[in-house]
Amino acid sequence: MLQKINGRPSAACQLLKDAHYPSLFPSTLEFSPPARGTWNIVHTGMQLPESHQIYICASGCVRGVVLTAAEMGAMDRFSTIEIHENDLVDKDNEAFLIEGISDILARLPKLPRAVFVFPACVHHFLGVNFRYVYRVLRARWPQIDFLECFMDPIRQTRSITPEQRERREIYRQLRKRPLNPRAANLLSSNLPTDPDSELVRLFTDNGWILRDMTTCRTYDEFQQMGEGSLDLWYHPFGGPAAAEDAKRRGAVSLYVGQPWRPAEIKESLNAVRRAMHLPASDWAEAAARAKQALDRAKKLLGTTPIALDYAAVFRPFSLARLLVESGFRVTKIYADSCMPDDAEDFRWLQQNAGTIELWATKHPDMRLLRRGSEKGPLLAIGQKAAYFNQTKHFVNLIEGGGLYGFTGIAKLAERMVDAFRQEKPIEENIRTKGLGGPCCLC
Amino acid sequence: MLNQTARIISTYSADTFGVCSTFFELGGMIVIHDPSGCNSTYTTHDEPRWYTQDAKIYVSALNEQDAVLGRDERFLKDVIETVRQQQPRFVCLIPSQIAFLLSTDMKALAKIVAEKTGVPAFTLPTNSMHYYERGIYLAMEKLARHVTGTAEDWPRETPRPKKPSAPHQCAVNLLGITPQDFSINGSDASIRSWLDREGFSVQSCWSLGTTLQSIETAPAADVNLVLSYGGLGAARVLQEVCGIPYVIGVPMAPLQEELAKALRETAETGHTRALYLSYSPYDDFEESGLLIGESVYAQSLSYALEQKTNRHYTCIIPMETEPILLRQDTLRATDEKDLQPLFDQAKDILGDPMYAPILPETARFIPLPHEGFSGRLYEPKIPNLIDAEGFSSFLAQIKGASS
Repeated sequence: MLQKINGRPSAACQLLKDAHYPSLFPSTLEFSPPARGTWNIVHTGMQLPESHQIYICASGCVRGVVLTAAEMGAMDRFSTIEIHENDLVDKDNEAFLIEGISDILARLPKLPRAVFVFPACVHHFLGVNFRYVYRVLRARWPQIDFLECFMDPIRQTRSITPEQRERREIYRQLRKRPLNPRAANLLSSNLPTDPDSELVRLFTDNGWILRDMTTCRTYDEFQQMGEGSLDLWYHPFGGPAAAEDAKRRGAVSLYVGQPWRPAEIKESLNAVRRAMHLPASDWAEAAARAKQALDRAKKLLGTTPIALDYAAVFRPFSLARLLVESGFRVTKIYADSCMPDDAEDFRWLQQNAGTIELWATKHPDMRLLRRGSEKGPLLAIGQKAAYFNQTKHFVNLIEGGGLYGFTGIAKLAERMVDAFRQEKPIEENIRTKGLGGPCCLC
Repeated sequence: MLNQTARIISTYSADTFGVCSTFFELGGMIVIHDPSGCNSTYTTHDEPRWYTQDAKIYVSALNEQDAVLGRDERFLKDVIETVRQQQPRFVCLIPSQIAFLLSTDMKALAKIVAEKTGVPAFTLPTNSMHYYERGIYLAMEKLARHVTGTAEDWPRETPRPKKPSAPHQCAVNLLGITPQDFSINGSDASIRSWLDREGFSVQSCWSLGTTLQSIETAPAADVNLVLSYGGLGAARVLQEVCGIPYVIGVPMAPLQEELAKALRETAETGHTRALYLSYSPYDDFEESGLLIGESVYAQSLSYALEQKTNRHYTCIIPMETEPILLRQDTLRATDEKDLQPLFDQAKDILGDPMYAPILPETARFIPLPHEGFSGRLYEPKIPNLIDAEGFSSFLAQIKGASS
């Protein structure tokens, strides 16, 4: 209990050594910090070329996704069916869905190759027969692939999340093809992985094809992923998609995570090499370059306090451990929970750097706790860390920004140096949704 | 084309968000009873003050198990703990679609919160399936019950102020001004300046650039100015309980003299009126097109344009309003199915840019961004039409498009 509000200790922050894995903070009312760079289901769906999204829900639910599409400049690939009060008691909801979706499709200037259908929480309570709905839709529109998604955050704590389901549905559309032993897929990422990274170069340097939906321009190009014999993934929402794709198409599935510590990076990259039937490497040269970059950054930053958040990278505790082991002064981590593959690093930090402050991001007290309390400059990695510390020295990073491996470390270190040297306005930089994607906010 | 389907246009902000927008600056705590993440739509798209002001607006993170099993204990515990910690002035619990569907007894929950914390707590009948204007209406009506001392679940802490008996400047309450209809573009400041120039004083502003203490002085006003349908419920309560009459209309630059006169007359006579309804010689004007927006705002603008251009714009109101607020030829339509045929026949169309994709190529379109529809997307381009210069620029845009 490091902070008080109205004289009462707040449960929104604690020392790392006192935290309990995996739910680091009590579940309670939730605050929404104004750092908007994270991606949502609309952004992810828009990556599928020649697709269209249809959401069916109340105006309050529809509005967020409509305006996401609008801010992407993608309203021509987005439609809605709005549920009114009387629809809850006096409607044939199967017919409402079928006719509403058909009406939209009939009015599109060109039929999409794939349609994401997103019913909402309410449809679970209405007991809608979706098997029937999709059977009729597929019979009526045989040229379209329908993706059976849900925007049902009410179920996300105990069931597959909307983001996981959407990804599973996307890769379910891959037609079975003969597997190409030298073709691989990178599944489920929102951002393209850095082509300079060791992960991507393993494929490009060894004559393999590595496909990623984020770089596909047509639906046919996306369908070519169906020949991939190796599925890699590191986005935390990618598990169900990878598991099912491996089972259905027979591809080998390999979770490579997004590790930040050299030993673990080496392990991940060598796992990929094994899957490619290549001998292991010691990665010494790449590791040395990463260390040099970190040393340069350390020399400049000195004892500057560093705060980082869970939205900047998938494994904030792994990154924090890398920085601590490299001599940086990490003082704050913003994370509401800890993922299983970050647990070991979380525990290491508890034992070796337990005085790092651990802060929630959604806890309601975060609305009122004093922001920007550091006396000197603080470097933030991530938008939430920047907002909560009100620092203009921050690395504007979401989901790792496509950085990976030793090259990822080196590039992150360079971005830390840039952020330390150059201020940038906070609000302007953190207001854009889906950082790295298209945005037409004026 | 079917009702309720939108191939390409946006949707208006929801009733829950209208409530949040109204109470935003008043020091209360608003809890939307909805699943995790559902508050981010409001805080991202509908609330331009979210980054700069620390309003206590949260979501309950309702989950399936609690909903199905009717477990309200977690909700109560979370609300009570947070109220004790944050000590808000009041608590407003608003149901969203699922809580509405399940008939969650929000009133009972609010009562328990009030009993356990000593902080006034109440609910409003929202469900996320109505538009923001209804939310503003409900919230301002409740606020009026509070300031008049007629809300059992939200009593005043201080005695209700009375109008001064001695001669005084005519005092005005501004009812129904939120960013969803007026954005944060200086419109509220322009209204205050206009009233000041005309010799009025602003008693209270509901609810932009304000505080609960300021709003609690509203019963001392001489007259109310209703600036959107959302402010009408409060006007009715203040008239019923305190005898304060009201005038309906937005002081677009060309209407300011007439509106000031109407306010003075109404303050003296008690005769309630809507400015844009006082004159309806449609036949005197050239029929020019359509204007789509909130009922009081759009019709005031239409009336102002008649004064300045000799052209008449028929208004379309897509969100909540009441027939008594509407001019004879004002239309009500929300869905693409109903709007498309109207647009197809129009020469000029004034409306939010997110309507542009369904306009015919033959129509001249003059963008009039509306935060309640397109959110923050065109925020910097939302004109301040109260300001003379802002109105002139907009007028020039219309004339340029029409020439």
